[in-house]
Amino acid sequence: MSYGSVGFAVVAAIAKIVFMILGFLMPLASILTWMERRQSAMMQDRLGPNRANIPIGPLNIKLAGITHFMADAVKFLFKEDYVPGKAHKFLFMWAPIMAMAPALIVSAIIPFGPSLCWGHLTEIAANGVCEQPVPMQIARLDVGMLFYFAISSLAVYGATLAGWASHNKWSMMGGLRASSQMMSYEVTMGMAVLGSFLVFGTLEPGAIVSKQEVFFDWSNLSHSWGIFSQPLGFILFLTAAIAETKRTPFDIPEGEPEIIGYFVEYSGLRFGMFFLGEFLEIVVSSGIMISLFFGGWHWGSSVDGFLASHLPNIFFVTAMFTLWTVKVVLFCMFQLLIRWSLPRFRSDQLMQLGWQRLLPISIANVVITALLVLWGQAN
Amino acid sequence: MSHETHESHGAPPTSSTTPRKGEVKVKVVTRAGSFSQQLYVPAIAEGLGVTFRHFMKNFAGNVANFVAGGKENKLRKSATDIQTIEYPEEKKPYPERHRGLHRLMLREDGQVRCVACMMCPTVCPAHCITIVPEEAPDGRIEKRPKIFEIDELRCVVCGLCAEACPCDAIRMDTLDHAKPTYRRVDAILDKEELMSRGTTSIATQGGVGAMWREKVKGEQQTPSDANVVPAGAPHGTVGPQDPLSALRKS
Repeated sequence: MSYGSVGFAVVAAIAKIVFMILGFLMPLASILTWMERRQSAMMQDRLGPNRANIPIGPLNIKLAGITHFMADAVKFLFKEDYVPGKAHKFLFMWAPIMAMAPALIVSAIIPFGPSLCWGHLTEIAANGVCEQPVPMQIARLDVGMLFYFAISSLAVYGATLAGWASHNKWSMMGGLRASSQMMSYEVTMGMAVLGSFLVFGTLEPGAIVSKQEVFFDWSNLSHSWGIFSQPLGFILFLTAAIAETKRTPFDIPEGEPEIIGYFVEYSGLRFGMFFLGEFLEIVVSSGIMISLFFGGWHWGSSVDGFLASHLPNIFFVTAMFTLWTVKVVLFCMFQLLIRWSLPRFRSDQLMQLGWQRLLPISIANVVITALLVLWGQAN
Repeated sequence: MSHETHESHGAPPTSSTTPRKGEVKVKVVTRAGSFSQQLYVPAIAEGLGVTFRHFMKNFAGNVANFVAGGKENKLRKSATDIQTIEYPEEKKPYPERHRGLHRLMLREDGQVRCVACMMCPTVCPAHCITIVPEEAPDGRIEKRPKIFEIDELRCVVCGLCAEACPCDAIRMDTLDHAKPTYRRVDAILDKEELMSRGTTSIATQGGVGAMWREKVKGEQQTPSDANVVPAGAPHGTVGPQDPLSALRKS
């Protein structure tokens, strides 16, 4: 199976999918369920869950309680899988999958490291030239971010179907709230990244990342991190992304402390899938935001250049992946920080913010960016 | 806008402002807010700063505590704001006057102080004390309990038994609570169990007569303090401020 053959491409794609889902997304999302409780506790001068441990003989593996997520998984597995009598059985079963799957699918376009140089894995890439590159990205699609919007907008079906199939008026109302909110903020979300497309001239996240090789260069903004050319776009996208994940301050579809919302009838592993899906969305939206605004796996030209010229290719890719993971974890923690700092918007305030504030601002951002890009090209 | 604010200040409603049938009267509150507050972003950044400072302080203190080996969580208590008490390992001590698990006090020779006078089962509102008296071998005392059992599940922890006891035999000052048991019968404490927590009491036993106040007054050196019993002292405290201490000397 030589480089370039169809078999090689298939094997590489499967290996990347398995690695991304089982080696990165699922563990990180699971750990985030614990991290959220621990971090929020520390923010509120509490201690948080720190007791779960794995006793192996005399050893007692505690790891500050990080094994809580395993305990949660075991608990979800052994809970009764209750289906309400008048629920639509088929849709009730499929709704959690519909809520979780889009997050996994869109992770395909997230670039998580520099290309592997197949055949030169143990050599230091000369002058950064990579022969036989294997991109560290599951799917390199030209439509790129459009694919992201197309698939992530499917997540609204999970919430709406769960609300409808439960045959419960409260969960139905929750599903309606979820669908209205998610549709409203998708508009802003799409508008917010248009500015980035104009700056970088491409829709493909891998190409966008490879352009952001410099941390900050005032004279060369289209090659520095996206946050510097699109600060407003980043804030708008972040706001819309939090609204899309249905977390505080935009958690009226769920209203966890009091009204629950569309998954009120769910229990056991199906509830666990909604729960995990929410955290998967956090990880994936963090990955997308890092790709668009924070240089993807880049850490500035000096760091990248130093590592690339001193490490063999395979170690270079591993190091950059690790550094990218650090970025993603920090970004997830930032999203948790927001969730535990802000109060909830009222429903009408949410719609007002989405349609009357964010949408005009994002359109203005696109127009101004377009003018600036034109001006830059003219000079 | 001025029309609504005028109304919201509680001016008497005129015929034009009273809502017609089917209309809902809405109170419009104008919110004061500078431009930067209406932008949300600076205010949100400020709020995130507050929560982030709390997080970093507690996180750093916790990590330092872990690195230091976590000895009694000293660093966690001094370097962080965390108020959590980790229950089974750490316990919040009960206040000094806490009424808890019973105990039976002992004489100087280790015998039980109880004289089976039946005061405590009589006063007990929950009927949780069972005493079967027997003749005491010691000639100075008439009776002693053959069986002394307290059902801690029935006990309402009112403390009347300790108050009724004339000879400082039963106390509730163990600063402990009834232990959980797997069987109900294990919650019934017998005499040996109750005595195992007991300590020697040398309070004068058997009463000192109806005129004890006068006797104390005559012999006390500082009469003003004579009747002051310390507020936190358990029943039958032996100490310099004990009004009976003067009698005990004689």
